[in-house]
Amino acid sequence: MEIFHFKRDIPCMSWSKVTIIISLVTFLLSVFFLTTRGLHLSVEFTGGTLVEVHFEQTLPASHVQDILVEHGFPEPSVQNFGTSADMIIRLALKDGMSSAQLSEDVIATLRAADPGVQLRRVEFIGPQVGEELVHDGLKAMLLVAVGIVAYLTFRFEWRFAVAAIISNFHDLTIVLGFFAFFQWEFSLTVLAAVLSILGYSVNETVVVFDRARENFRKYKKASTAEILNNAITTTMSRTVITHGCTEAAVLSMFFFGGPSLHYFALALTIGIVFGIYSSIFVSCPLVMWMGADRSHFVKTDQPAKSADTRP
Amino acid sequence: MNRYPRWKYLIILAALVMSILYATPNLFGEVPAVQVSPISSVTQVDQGLMDKVVGVLDKAGIAYNGVLADQTGVKVRLADTTIQLQAKDALQQVFGANYTVALNLLPATPSWMRSIGALPMYLGLDLRGGVHFLMQVDMRAALNKQLDRQTNDVRNQLRDAKVPLAGIVRDDQSLVVRFRDAETRAQGQDVLRKGLREMTVREIDATRLALTPTETGLKSFQDQALKQNVLTLRNRINELGVAEPVIQQQGADRVVVQLPGVQDTAKAKDILGRTASLEIRMVDEENMNATSLAQAARGLVPPGADYYEGGRDGQPLLVKKQIVLTGEDISNASAGFDGRTNEPAVHITLDTRGARIFSQVTRNSVGKRMAIILVEKGKGEVVTAPVIRQQIDGGQVQITGTMTTKDASDVALLLRAGALAAPMEIIEERTIGPSLGAENIEKGLHSVLWGFMAIAVFMSFYYKRIGVYSVLALGFNVLLLVALLSIIQATLTLPGIAAIALTIGMAIDANVLINERVREELRAGQSPQAAIHAGYSHAFRTILDTNITTLIAGVALFIYGSGPVRGFAVVLCLGILTSMFSAVLGSRALVNLTYGRMRKIDHLSI
Repeated sequence: MEIFHFKRDIPCMSWSKVTIIISLVTFLLSVFFLTTRGLHLSVEFTGGTLVEVHFEQTLPASHVQDILVEHGFPEPSVQNFGTSADMIIRLALKDGMSSAQLSEDVIATLRAADPGVQLRRVEFIGPQVGEELVHDGLKAMLLVAVGIVAYLTFRFEWRFAVAAIISNFHDLTIVLGFFAFFQWEFSLTVLAAVLSILGYSVNETVVVFDRARENFRKYKKASTAEILNNAITTTMSRTVITHGCTEAAVLSMFFFGGPSLHYFALALTIGIVFGIYSSIFVSCPLVMWMGADRSHFVKTDQPAKSADTRP
Repeated sequence: MNRYPRWKYLIILAALVMSILYATPNLFGEVPAVQVSPISSVTQVDQGLMDKVVGVLDKAGIAYNGVLADQTGVKVRLADTTIQLQAKDALQQVFGANYTVALNLLPATPSWMRSIGALPMYLGLDLRGGVHFLMQVDMRAALNKQLDRQTNDVRNQLRDAKVPLAGIVRDDQSLVVRFRDAETRAQGQDVLRKGLREMTVREIDATRLALTPTETGLKSFQDQALKQNVLTLRNRINELGVAEPVIQQQGADRVVVQLPGVQDTAKAKDILGRTASLEIRMVDEENMNATSLAQAARGLVPPGADYYEGGRDGQPLLVKKQIVLTGEDISNASAGFDGRTNEPAVHITLDTRGARIFSQVTRNSVGKRMAIILVEKGKGEVVTAPVIRQQIDGGQVQITGTMTTKDASDVALLLRAGALAAPMEIIEERTIGPSLGAENIEKGLHSVLWGFMAIAVFMSFYYKRIGVYSVLALGFNVLLLVALLSIIQATLTLPGIAAIALTIGMAIDANVLINERVREELRAGQSPQAAIHAGYSHAFRTILDTNITTLIAGVALFIYGSGPVRGFAVVLCLGILTSMFSAVLGSRALVNLTYGRMRKIDHLSI
């Protein structure tokens, strides 16, 4: 069975102006939503208390919220979580109120409304911890970026490294843009997903670049655009199948993993889709425009081997 | 060209056998158990304790499936949770005083597997339920307390050297010692320089000296404060009866506490969060008159004294700042009743140092009152302020006041468990109910399973026989990963399971790369044997590059990730490493076994 079999190379590079504009627009929109709406950060980052409860009977979330407001809890927000009987209650930080007490008080208050209420989960994060998480997240991102650039410079050439990292952060920004636009909750697990996207989406770029490097050595007269088109076309089948498989695993988490993995899987899905797009339509044109050519690979490496003389 | 030397097959076979062996324990699940562990770390877990536990169970007629002893205690495996509770009650009655009797779960792994170290992965709190606390130690408060204690040292040293002293006050993070004149100040300076090694002595002006802790003094004090807090928390948790608590220092001023399986989180938080300590101080008799008390109530407290409005008996008191004894000098405390009045009481046994000081103070102050103050969260409460009738020798002290039996047992518990050297605050808490934990495991497993199935079906259809080999290699990868995680006894969390699912999705990439490459070589007119060879060797470089970039992200996550994210990173990194082995070597071995010996392949099933 074979789905992809291209007779001729797809002229991706000739569409590069259009695709770059599309990318740029999506990117700017993402930045716009990130700055205007911001991320809906989870309590892990903002500090505060999160209580997940399970009710015996179904209660409207607004009703639970009213009860909590009535009893003077700091800025409660109540949301259904998974089913209508499960709810997540978020409480803001308040000076002088200990976390230990707060969650117990919530349960005691709700017990009056429904004696069968069950405490499923409590998370309390103090303000200093939240700040640290934000800092650590940024540091991790920086480390990934530096690591990838260093590795790709070592394995390929600096133009490739720069192109890869730009398209990488393009993906990252767009994923965050989606989270800002839809105001999906950005939690620690989502951060983990976003950082793995950084590592994962560069894969695609590496595969294409790898083929391009091989082509540079193999085809002596081809232009950079032709080389890149060929590299993209020959790896297209692998691209679609690999990402299809990864996506299958991710979707399995999305559907079966329950609410805790919901946004994790969502972030990965968006990351994978834009990862494919950007490695073809962003990083390749960038490499081309930065002027990568044959001399960058052939000069420094050993002469082409016999197996590589095939056209 | 497509043959492996025998040793390569043997390595793969060995890895397969080992990974099956070490991954299997995860399938057995857990059985209910009861654990008896000594509260004091000095008490040894030995055959005697084991025999005693067995004796109690036999006498109560409780059937058990096995008893084992390790460093932490004696563990008894039981058939179900009902018997577990019965066993706990029976053991609690006998061992209650000096041992912790806790419910636990033990892996149901056969004993021969356990003996070779094949154990299931350790489940994180989000999968088994429990409480996680991150506690921040308030070092500033601890230092202030330490400085207060040091005023006594200063006083004693000056008194011993017969240098008259005008007063000592604590000023922020230093002590200011005041003398009558420059001459005594100079004498005092000499005495204190020699006597106080962990303080720098500096003169402020002619009659005053400033004492500041030195850098090393400060550091060693902070170290000690943290260690003492960890120890205290451990003691308190032992009182709670938790089977496998984790209490760890994190960084310079934080402590992580994890209590798996704890149901009563309110009680846990209450006991952990309390910073109770006991202070015994003398009542400021000179100022205990109506005028001074009225002034003190308005905030004009006489120097060197603290004002306590209404203790448990409702009487306002002025108490000297100087601390006679603290909770640190208590070696044991128990709740009980007063022999004569039958009121609830706390019986305290002081250590030798405490007993000596107590005896001395009571001798000198017969007829005066002494206040016993329970300090909690920075606020003191006078439990009782009895009149000293006679000198008390031997270090046996009984406290009675207005308290209920429950108060008495709480106070005793807190005193026995020791005081925290520094107040602590919970800055992070995660509580996971047991039902949610079980649900998380189930959901995680389903994600992994369905993801794997989808990929397996697709690969087998799309790449036919080689596709099936890829799937087998992928299964091998999961097996290797689980075995590796079990061997290193990693903690598996929900994000960890997510990472396994993600690894499955990403590990297949290596095989797709290889298979696509082989097809490409075939299309280019290569013979099947040559195509296999070229496909694997060309694809390997790409596989290496893609995996290394993902590994960089994984390592960054590991370094900067906290808690659940770190679990994710560990699994991700290990998964990448195992996939390199299984996808490249494992699948190649299968291909070589089938096709490698054929002289001519008519049709390559790909």
